[in-house]
Amino acid sequence: MVKITIDGRSLSVPERTTILDAARIAGIRIPTLCYMKDLNEIGACRVCVVEVEGYDRLMTACNNTVADGMVIRTNSKKALSARRTNVQLILSEHNTACTTCVRSGNCSLQKIASELNILDNPYPLRLPKQKGSSTFPLIRDYQKCIKCMRCVQVCDKIQNTHIWDVINTGAQTSVDVTGVYSLEDSGCALCGQCITHCPVGALHERDDTLKVLEAVSDPEIVTVVQIAPSIRTAWGEAFGMSPDEATVGRLAAALRMIGVDYVFDSDFSADLTIMEEANEFLERLKDGDSKQFPMFTSCCPGWVRFCKAHYPQFVDRISTSKSPQQMFGAMIKSYFAERINVDPSKICSISIMPCLAKKAECDYPTMKDAAGNADVDLVLTTREAERLIRMAHIVPQDLPDEEMDSPLGIGSGAGNIFGASGGVMEAALRTAYYAVTGENPDPDHFREVRGMGGWKQAVFDLNGTQLRVAVVNGLGNASALLDALDCGRVNYDFVEVMACPGGCVGGGGQPIHDGVEMAGERAPVLYRQDRNMTLRFSHDNPAIRECYREYLGKPLSERAEELLHTDQHGWKMPGEG
Amino acid sequence: MSRLSIDTQNRAQRTVEELYKDLERRITASQPGLCPVDLAASFLHICHSQSCGKCTPCRVGLGRLEDLIQMVLNGTADERTVDLIEETAQSVYMTADCAIGSEAARMVLKGVKGFRDDYLEHIRHGRCMGLQNQPVPCVFQCPAHVDVPGYISLIHEGRCADAVRLIRKDNPFPSVCGLICEHPCEVRCRRTLVDDPINIRGLKRYACEHDAGGPPLVTAPPTGKRVAVIGGGPSGLSAAFYLSLMGHDVTVFEQRKKLGGMLRYGIPAYRLPRETLDREIGYLRQTGFAVETETSVGKDVMIQSLRERFDAIYVGIGAHNDRKLGIEGEDCEGVISAVEMLRMIGDDVMPDFYGLDVVVVGGGNVAMDVARSAVRLGAKSVTVAYRRRKQDMTALPEEVEGAMADGCEILEMMAPVRIEKDEDGRAAALIVQPQLAGPVEGGRPKPVPADAPEVRIPCDRLLVAVGQGIDSRKFGEYGIPIVRGKIKALDWSGVSGEEGIFAGGDCVTGPATVIRAIAAGKVAAANIDNYLGFNHEIETDVQIPRIRFDDHDPLGRINMKERPASERRHDFKLMECGMTEEEAMQESGRCLHCDHFGYGIFKGGRVAKW
Repeated sequence: MVKITIDGRSLSVPERTTILDAARIAGIRIPTLCYMKDLNEIGACRVCVVEVEGYDRLMTACNNTVADGMVIRTNSKKALSARRTNVQLILSEHNTACTTCVRSGNCSLQKIASELNILDNPYPLRLPKQKGSSTFPLIRDYQKCIKCMRCVQVCDKIQNTHIWDVINTGAQTSVDVTGVYSLEDSGCALCGQCITHCPVGALHERDDTLKVLEAVSDPEIVTVVQIAPSIRTAWGEAFGMSPDEATVGRLAAALRMIGVDYVFDSDFSADLTIMEEANEFLERLKDGDSKQFPMFTSCCPGWVRFCKAHYPQFVDRISTSKSPQQMFGAMIKSYFAERINVDPSKICSISIMPCLAKKAECDYPTMKDAAGNADVDLVLTTREAERLIRMAHIVPQDLPDEEMDSPLGIGSGAGNIFGASGGVMEAALRTAYYAVTGENPDPDHFREVRGMGGWKQAVFDLNGTQLRVAVVNGLGNASALLDALDCGRVNYDFVEVMACPGGCVGGGGQPIHDGVEMAGERAPVLYRQDRNMTLRFSHDNPAIRECYREYLGKPLSERAEELLHTDQHGWKMPGEG
Repeated sequence: MSRLSIDTQNRAQRTVEELYKDLERRITASQPGLCPVDLAASFLHICHSQSCGKCTPCRVGLGRLEDLIQMVLNGTADERTVDLIEETAQSVYMTADCAIGSEAARMVLKGVKGFRDDYLEHIRHGRCMGLQNQPVPCVFQCPAHVDVPGYISLIHEGRCADAVRLIRKDNPFPSVCGLICEHPCEVRCRRTLVDDPINIRGLKRYACEHDAGGPPLVTAPPTGKRVAVIGGGPSGLSAAFYLSLMGHDVTVFEQRKKLGGMLRYGIPAYRLPRETLDREIGYLRQTGFAVETETSVGKDVMIQSLRERFDAIYVGIGAHNDRKLGIEGEDCEGVISAVEMLRMIGDDVMPDFYGLDVVVVGGGNVAMDVARSAVRLGAKSVTVAYRRRKQDMTALPEEVEGAMADGCEILEMMAPVRIEKDEDGRAAALIVQPQLAGPVEGGRPKPVPADAPEVRIPCDRLLVAVGQGIDSRKFGEYGIPIVRGKIKALDWSGVSGEEGIFAGGDCVTGPATVIRAIAAGKVAAANIDNYLGFNHEIETDVQIPRIRFDDHDPLGRINMKERPASERRHDFKLMECGMTEEEAMQESGRCLHCDHFGYGIFKGGRVAKW
């Protein structure tokens, strides 16, 4: 322990505590901007500077540690003035058109400028002239970037994808795509983690809300929305609602107020995915071709993009089952269109997803199986859904909890946990167990794969067959696992991969809380809901049974193959052979 | 008004003079990996500020050139702009009245030619060719990438044993390097921006001299793989050390009586005491590698047989052949090659120069080594004849100064013509032709014969130190590619076409520095390990101390002191004195810790293992 004094308060803290943490222990808040614990402790913005007695120059609190007897002043005039100057300098290279910024009200720069009472800026504004794509799902606004380097760090350290890097030096220093010249040409998985870790509006999703408004206002068009499992853990955050208040039913009510004709829960298509994927897995087990193992889950399009661009040798092992979004899209424009007797070309199929990769996925040429046009027309992230509700001036707290439409309106607890890392694996195992043994296991039997661990593994007995499974989340963990598989250090039968840390609950399209990783708080919501549901097995879902009985036949039937499966080689990532 | 007055500088002028010095130091400590186009623009801006403004090309032209380069940088130029820059610079160069304008234009022209691709990349894509690369200067500059800020902070805490352990992670020869490393780490030391570079080598020596010893070496479990290392010099021993740590079964083949290579047979003991060398080698041998001395590969043991007996081979034979002057009389008695003389001394056979006049030909470090050894061997006079200027010598300036202090005379601008024999056929004098410093080529003026008569330098012994060659013939005959005498190896030390054979050090690069040879051995060890199907990582559990704060107040650099010339010139005992604790504490406290402050904390910083 070392004794220190911060702003006149004396305290003892463990050695190697940063000044920032020591101040926090002392109940003193030092503002930060570029800092992100364990991820970005590089002292780039110089906002957290403090005065340390004995030194003329100021020190950053975020990455410097205390020493015994250190006397620190966090709020001296010297520190405050320097802090203000640095923020003004950052502002001199930042497009401060806050009124039209997607992060207005949730921007760390705006907040710090306001906290520091910066009411004017003596420095002339100098904005970069570069422009990126405005049509790709991930958009970079060069005029907003404050070079905090967090996107570089999250892409390197967490996702091991290395899309972003610092380019040029001196005044020309910028952050940009590395190796190629545009995001479209890169191996970007579209996980969107750079967005959720960006303190400002430099990175954001392509906004498709106006297209949704256009569709709902067109009397010719029938709009159908599906809501992904993880949305219910997060969409209320911006409205100050707990997950208990911000239910999927309330979101359905809001969407209907906006003019959406039908609202469904992707829990249903998650169940459908399980029916197909679990059976596909059992078929592969029967084949016993070792080259097919491990089988990888396919529901995460970020993972599929990553695998195709960075580990193409594993693409054949990815399940051919479409993601729940695309399965639902295909069912909406076939089975459901028939049921409501509407020409599928008059349906606008919209999904609300925690994800940017889904925006790319619905556009692939291989995702037009039901009616010749895209099975899913528009994808909104959780954040866009929130903006849509705000735009319509809806107060979601005042809305009733509404039912989903039917058929296709029922989802099981197994489908519900798709939104958390391990959920797909657990749901698949519940059904695989049933398929092999003819009886349901304890629904919590496979709970070992739950949790925030980045690389989880377990062995389960499936009627005498030892099943080695692994669950990874975050692409850094995925590539560690793939490397280990590549050199034979590990062997598995079935692997679930989610591109985002914690799974979809930590998705790149989810609400942003700067400096806080939310996945760990959101995931338990899904498991709690699963536990409280009576329907906890995908194969027991009456809507699923009905749809197989009436339309699909059985899993892996010809029709199921056509609508619910895909050729993972049917489109190419940049650089994919 | 007085008819004449004495010029005095006003405060502004004095300040500008100081700023010039600041800028000089700043340029010296320039980071690698900066944008060349941006630098060209900045240099041009300085040049333009120096213009008196009288003439059009300089006053206006340099300004327009600046505008054009700025357009390239801010993305408003097209590809014709580069041509316009070139044409404009050409015109300024040809029409400027004085060198202020013409030389500025020449710098621009150099850039347009030297990094045209960078100009074009900026125009087409708004970026540099290379990625941003501003690693920790000392670590980056050290060929072995030793964690310099790490061990300096350990020294500052008094943890010398840990400092040495940390160094050994990347360089198994800390004591040797503490004494004789050419310290490229100091060249771009960021402390130079404040005052002077850190005395890194001196601190390393201090750490080694105060190393109380660490825990015993632990080698990885045996792999069952056998590696032959040919050559027991710094490169071979580095490879052997790391490969043994990785658990491989290593045998070192050395053609001389003892291990050490050029450390023993090239560097005199007054710079590197034999006890220090023996102790260092003894430590390395704790890893258990086998040694076969007086075994010449290609003669006593065939390469083919090593191929059959070992899973991999590392060739680190160094550059031990002497180069000839190629002048008349070179074969006469009394003419000794520097390599031969140092080799004899290495085996403790001391030539007797008592009372003799000795002439040394050459201007490299080896020339200084034999000159200073000759002094210590009792020579009456030692004269170094060199065909260029003293400042053009490749020897380190401190070596040249030291030799002079030891009593050696430097005769510059004298090219050897022939060696005169006495009636017994022994060398009697070196005849030299005075030279004139001619046109600059490759940064040094080329010596051209002056219109002056030859000069006769009487001598009893003539020591020839004009470079070394590589004894690579046997390896060439075996089929290893040789280019101009050097073994051709790739940057990962593999030899193309010969799987399992690796090479590095002087025999690949030509005569170079100890640290480059060590680095080559380290690189080879890593790649041989992978070649053998393993991925052993070399790391250490030494924890780096907390980072010290610093206000960057200028503080004098502690330089190494030497024993007085009058004393040291009579013996082969270590000439340089180590730092005192007081000195080491101050010097280590000057480190700016670029591993923590600056880009190093983001990228290019500490490499904990390799």
